[in-house]
Amino acid sequence: MALANDYNSVMSRKGEIMKKSVGIDYESFESGSIAFDYEKMMRETGYTLEEMQNIQRSVHVGNTPVIELRNITALARKCAKPGYGARIFIKDEASNPSGSFKARRAANSVYHAKRLGFKGVVTATSGNYGAAVASQAAMAGLKCIVVQECYDSKGVGQPEIIEKARKCEALGAEVVQLSVGPELFYKFLLLLEETGYFNASLYTPFGIAGVETLGYEIAMQFREKFGKDPDAVICTNAGGGNLTGTARGLIKAGAATKVIAASVNLSGLHMAADSQFNKKSFTTGHTGFGMPFTTWPDRSDVPRSAARPLRYMDRYVTITQGDVFYMTEALASLEGLEKGPAGNTSLAAAFAIAQEMPEDQKIIVQETEYTGAGKHVQPQLTFARSNGIEVCFGDPADEVPGKNILLPLHPSLIKATEQDLDHMRRSLIKTAVNTFKVKPTEGDIAFLAEDTNSCEEFVRETLASL
Amino acid sequence: MIDKGTWVLIHRNILEPGERAPQVPDDTKKVPLEMWIKGYLQNNAELGDEVEVITRTGRKEIGTLLESEPYYKHDYGRFVPELQMISEQVRKLTFGGDE
Repeated sequence: MALANDYNSVMSRKGEIMKKSVGIDYESFESGSIAFDYEKMMRETGYTLEEMQNIQRSVHVGNTPVIELRNITALARKCAKPGYGARIFIKDEASNPSGSFKARRAANSVYHAKRLGFKGVVTATSGNYGAAVASQAAMAGLKCIVVQECYDSKGVGQPEIIEKARKCEALGAEVVQLSVGPELFYKFLLLLEETGYFNASLYTPFGIAGVETLGYEIAMQFREKFGKDPDAVICTNAGGGNLTGTARGLIKAGAATKVIAASVNLSGLHMAADSQFNKKSFTTGHTGFGMPFTTWPDRSDVPRSAARPLRYMDRYVTITQGDVFYMTEALASLEGLEKGPAGNTSLAAAFAIAQEMPEDQKIIVQETEYTGAGKHVQPQLTFARSNGIEVCFGDPADEVPGKNILLPLHPSLIKATEQDLDHMRRSLIKTAVNTFKVKPTEGDIAFLAEDTNSCEEFVRETLASL
Repeated sequence: MIDKGTWVLIHRNILEPGERAPQVPDDTKKVPLEMWIKGYLQNNAELGDEVEVITRTGRKEIGTLLESEPYYKHDYGRFVPELQMISEQVRKLTFGGDE
């Protein structure tokens, strides 16, 4: 008998579809309450660092160069007080086969899918991960479907996402493009059910473990070059996997590097609103993903996300769209490196944060991404203007997402805005209690302390205040 | 007429406004969830016809025929004078002017 394909019927089959398509029995890590065994999940379903390095090496992923941005550092020092302005480095992840660090996540997912005997992979993403999965699937000889949220109800597409669709198709993938809405997940489930393919989710243990090599490489490259770990690493933060994997890799290397998250400030724009979809100039690396996924990671396309950024971040800052576009232009003009805007979110933040750090310290921006037609400052600003967004010079502090993009009048106006981590920690604890609707056990309290990188006392105080 | 076997783009609504998820914002609820997909046309047809295609992974999809041999039209946008001004500014600040 054919299964019912209406929204509610398909969503009710979610658990079953997921189990078949990811090959992980998430139940075995559950406590029956809020807590689950995160490290056990990472250990039993992920890969060791050495295995990951071997997998990635075999598909030309990783070992990307670390580039010192001497001219951008010099510019930052001109904006800083004397003696300040840490050396800024960038890890050129754009040199991975698909043009971004996402190749690391995809390499592991596709390897795992092939090992389990799947004939193809499906992924739901409008980002660089689509091309990464398509690229790895091409190498593995697997079929690939990428489901994208691309157009608004007028059929107008984000130029950046259209370029990503092109790249996926160029790498042999089938691209399913949808209009705005979270029901992308509904179509995704239908496709998994229809094809029996592997769910190459961004949030499985193998995907996240794939990024651990990035953090590990950073520590090794710095030790080789300088005999010392970098003082800070800054990660563009959306779903949290980039930061989680990088931080875990640094920990595996025994590095005591500070981990800073950075997102583009898109506050006030609703991510599922059709009328606001084309009012933003960033489709990833922004607060619309960064905030909800940090304060509640288990909202992804798997039952338990392996990306749990609040466990690992020491700071979380936001930066404006105008700041990122300015730094993207500066990167091209001062360093001769033309890289896609979204990945430069952490570069813009690093430019500001370096000015708080003494000259002898080092900060590394842990990614770059490829650039191309549509996915470039010029078409993105052109698109903003055609959607009624005012683009002009000003003080980025006055930028209102969805209304204007203020390119800083002077680079000294680029400032990282500190986000309140304790507020996010309380938010996670509150969401956990509201989601599970249980009286937290002692195990839950210990888990929430770990999940928020706080302590049991902090969790108890938060629970008492709810 | 577009020949059977041609690579085409089709369109279909996969959820009508009344069928959308409860959590979507009001403006999104008023419009359908639309899908665009490409594949090989299974019968001779005209633009606007309801057709069946076979996708790159060998799946069947149905929808309204929109384009024959679709291609990408995204580009590098228009000249944005502000970007060139930033380029001039950062070079001047970093390396000094011409003098």
